[in-house]
Amino acid sequence: MSLIRVASLVLVGLCSVVTTASAQPTPSLLSPTNIFAPVSTPAQTIHGLSLFVLGVTAVIFLVVFSLLVYAIVRYRNRTDDNAEPPQVYGSSQVELAWTVIPVLVVVALFMASARVIATIQKTARPANAIDVVAIGHQFWWEYRYPGLKVVTANELHVPVSDPANPTPTFITLLSADMDHSFWVPRLAGKTDLIPNRKNETWIDPHETGLFLGQCAQYCGTQHAKMLLRVYVQPRAEFDQWIQEQQQLADTNEAVSEGRHIFESTACINCHTVAGTPANGTFGPDLTHLMSRDTIAAGVAENTPANLRQWILNPDAIKPGARMPAMGLGQHEVEAVAAYLETLR
Amino acid sequence: MSTIAFPGAPAISRPFVDRVHEWLTTVDHKRLGILYIGFALTFLIIGGIEATIMRAQLVVPHNDLVSPQVFNRMFTMHGTTMIFFVAMPIVFGFANYLLPLMIGARDMAFPRLNAFSFWLTAFGGLLLYFSLLGASGLYGAGNAPDVGWFAYAPLTSQTFSRGHSTDFWTLSLLVSGIGSIGTAINILTTILCLRCPGMTLGKMPLFAWLILVMSVLVLLAVGPLTAAQIMLTIDRYLGGHFFDTQAGGSAVLWMHFFWIFGHPEVYVLVIPAFAIVSEIIPVFSRKAIFGYPFMVAATIAIGFLAVAVWAHHMFTVGLSSNANTFFVMATMAIGVPTGIKIFNWLATLWGGKILFKTPMLFCLAFLFQFLIAGLTGIMLSAAPFDWQLGNSYFVVAHFHYVIVGGILFAVFAGFYYWFPKMSGRMISETVGRLHFVLFLIGFHMTFDFMHVPGLLGMPRRIYTYEPGRGWDIWNLIVTTGVAFQAAAILVFVSGLVWAYFRGKPAGNDPWDAWTLEWATSSPPTPYNFAAIPVVRSRRPLWDLKHPEDPDWKYDQ
Amino acid sequence: MNASPTTMTAGELKWELPTRGHVGMFALIAGEASIFVIFVVAYIYYIGKSLTGPMPREALEVPIFFTICLLSSSITIHLAVKALRRADVRSFGRWWLLTIALGAAFLYGTAREWQRLIYTVGLTISTNLFGTTYYSLVGLHGFHVVVGLILLSAVMAFTFLGHVRHEHTYRVDVLSLYWHFVDAVWVVVFTVVYIIGR
Repeated sequence: MSLIRVASLVLVGLCSVVTTASAQPTPSLLSPTNIFAPVSTPAQTIHGLSLFVLGVTAVIFLVVFSLLVYAIVRYRNRTDDNAEPPQVYGSSQVELAWTVIPVLVVVALFMASARVIATIQKTARPANAIDVVAIGHQFWWEYRYPGLKVVTANELHVPVSDPANPTPTFITLLSADMDHSFWVPRLAGKTDLIPNRKNETWIDPHETGLFLGQCAQYCGTQHAKMLLRVYVQPRAEFDQWIQEQQQLADTNEAVSEGRHIFESTACINCHTVAGTPANGTFGPDLTHLMSRDTIAAGVAENTPANLRQWILNPDAIKPGARMPAMGLGQHEVEAVAAYLETLR
Repeated sequence: MSTIAFPGAPAISRPFVDRVHEWLTTVDHKRLGILYIGFALTFLIIGGIEATIMRAQLVVPHNDLVSPQVFNRMFTMHGTTMIFFVAMPIVFGFANYLLPLMIGARDMAFPRLNAFSFWLTAFGGLLLYFSLLGASGLYGAGNAPDVGWFAYAPLTSQTFSRGHSTDFWTLSLLVSGIGSIGTAINILTTILCLRCPGMTLGKMPLFAWLILVMSVLVLLAVGPLTAAQIMLTIDRYLGGHFFDTQAGGSAVLWMHFFWIFGHPEVYVLVIPAFAIVSEIIPVFSRKAIFGYPFMVAATIAIGFLAVAVWAHHMFTVGLSSNANTFFVMATMAIGVPTGIKIFNWLATLWGGKILFKTPMLFCLAFLFQFLIAGLTGIMLSAAPFDWQLGNSYFVVAHFHYVIVGGILFAVFAGFYYWFPKMSGRMISETVGRLHFVLFLIGFHMTFDFMHVPGLLGMPRRIYTYEPGRGWDIWNLIVTTGVAFQAAAILVFVSGLVWAYFRGKPAGNDPWDAWTLEWATSSPPTPYNFAAIPVVRSRRPLWDLKHPEDPDWKYDQ
Repeated sequence: MNASPTTMTAGELKWELPTRGHVGMFALIAGEASIFVIFVVAYIYYIGKSLTGPMPREALEVPIFFTICLLSSSITIHLAVKALRRADVRSFGRWWLLTIALGAAFLYGTAREWQRLIYTVGLTISTNLFGTTYYSLVGLHGFHVVVGLILLSAVMAFTFLGHVRHEHTYRVDVLSLYWHFVDAVWVVVFTVVYIIGR
């Protein structure tokens, strides 16, 4: 019997370690994308349900596990004779008992889940919510703020939400090509972006900071590198960012050579730079490229070296990315990069 | 062993070519069963290599062992191979071999259809792998499909999957699907029409009941996949718009059709695992299975519910809250009959005399592991929780827990239990225990710890991951487990081969069991039974061995 | 070697199980039905969703005559089997031939309709959602009619050669089940395409 006691103790110990470790409020302990460290209302609601479900399943596990271990130990064959044990074919009462109890458990779990589904999916949109339209592309994220007339890519900025006076962000999810999925674990559960279908999700972050995630529906070669970066900012900073994003592109004579290359080659077929002839929509909007920390949907830091490498040959950084190498010479790459570096 | 085991006949050695020809043209259910199983084992090794490549790539972040293109083909081929060319054939193989013996028949109802179905499945497998040579993929000559084993539209449209790799996926499954339907028709007809006198449906082995329910599910589930694949091919080659979102088509419709197949499919895989353990646990507990009628009822309930839960694979797709709620309810409901089965197996152990032979070791591990797998399934069935857990490594861990920890362990149990019947030789207990321990360690190292990256936000189907997400250590442990599993498989295969040539002779009934297959020689003669048996209870051999206390005296 | 696990003799027991031909055919029908269900579901789901092109109302003409042909062929095949059951091979041959003729007439009607749709109305499988779902559903059914006619013609050939006798009633009956299934599917397809969908 002592073996069982030791085993149970170890098990309980392990469970508590894992649960407490993963429920840390500060993410650096385990992961910046830990689903047990929610900071936004929908993620917190899910977290509550998940603890309930984990609790119920843990109890079921312990009970059945113990019974199994007990049965195996207690009823192991200890004699050498060939006598058969009493043959018991069944018992209707026992069957009834272990049908009814699971049904009750299922009812409880179901009701809890149904309530959370309704809470999250049927939340009314308050008047002061921020509206964002997120459009999934093969391997990058397009963000539009229709009310605020902002178009950007890959780095989503939202204001922090005060629980007393919530300012959530409602995100409409569309897709330009195939199925993607928007998953930032600390902010909300994931919702898919499906072509020819309008989905919606919402986040209500209570803490400022940078929250990470990535595409969670296989969408092709670089699915693994379609990273998500959500910047939750104090309201004043967010408004400031919006204002900056609303500006047209800076014009700077010093980089006119690069701008000329950009505007006369295929770049403008895919990219938009507001206030210039470039108005392509296949690729990210570059009007405020230098306001972003990363390029290529979070794959590389937005440094001069990376920028030049990307323009020269995107496949070197993200093999299979949809942007082709334009066959520019070293000097042209330098000129274009210099131009892009003025797009703040 | 390669001569027909006619009792008393001299052992004539026939030319190799003749022996091969005999196997290629056989319609004997036993030989076809062995062909299915051999085919499945081969593909198990291939699928395992694909998994090893993936795990090696993911052992550290930003690894560049394989390119993203190769990785994406690996997970597509691994999933497709394991489900369609390992799990299904192995299950059909055991069913083919055992059913006629268990119900006292000479063969399946349609022996030639049986052979045809096997060869279709085999051809499907070859066709899938021919894609490595024959398809012109997106990035050059010949390549395997890379669209994921569930091939979501519109990734599979001509726009996004140029070349023929997707078509190899479609066609190979279409062909083997027809084979599966043929086998299901055969199984259904055999069970309903060829039972020996006295064997009412309530008196046939539980194995037969479960295989019956499985074959009904195959008939209902494979059709939708076939239909969806025809639609996909029409889209790709005749300009159809079934899943063409530009023309108003729906990507979600593919998901519905696929999962209407896909969910019953996993029950097609797991119900035979239930069937195997339902035969083995009683023998090594020395007791009849507890609650036979309830086990049958629970299985039928599972069969009905299995076709009503498919959209729990689509909780994140943005279905209405009513739809999500319905599928939560149906999915949780299916947990009840499944749990009942676990309790019945537990009750079979209870009060018995448990013998820890190798088949039983694998069955006991099955019980614990299937319990855990079921519970993580309950977690996933709570839709909001699934909004976090879905499409992450938690799901990957869950379904591998069912398929490897549940189904594969049950299949191993079945191997050790019935290999003596099929070959006349015992597999050494030492080999069995070594295999068991190695695989147990490897399985738990890989699949227990695989749940954690999912909880920490790691999605599935990514060829690499970012450092700094906290996923590194877990991926390392997961990959390390592969070594143990590979070693275990090596031990297993060598053990099988050694046993075939040098194993201890088994005799008719090495395990002192109670169903009809143990009344034949090992291996059975081609005609199975000299005289068709007549039975009076669920355990005919128990009745013979215990004439003072036969089963038919008791109302069960 | 083979222990006989009997505890009573077969003579004591009345033991009758269903015939494997019928059970097998029902199982096949179940499998086929599940394929058709998906095509029907797709058709219904896409009703009214085409973005462009000819719509059912303007494109389709209800094929009443050819439907009657096909459905009557169920009656004729039933009469054929009944005839063979009472060993009347000549009547069997006549009813069987009539079944084939009616089935062929149905196919002819489908071909004529498709010709009109493609060349006059301008509806093909790639035109719009209606075209895709219509041709695949009706086409899948038509394919099953073709297979059925091939099987029926094989039996017809055997009949002309004198190889079909009373003792083959069972096999012919099983085959007729398939033909009844094909007709039943047409009832569903007809209702969905020509009644509900217009």
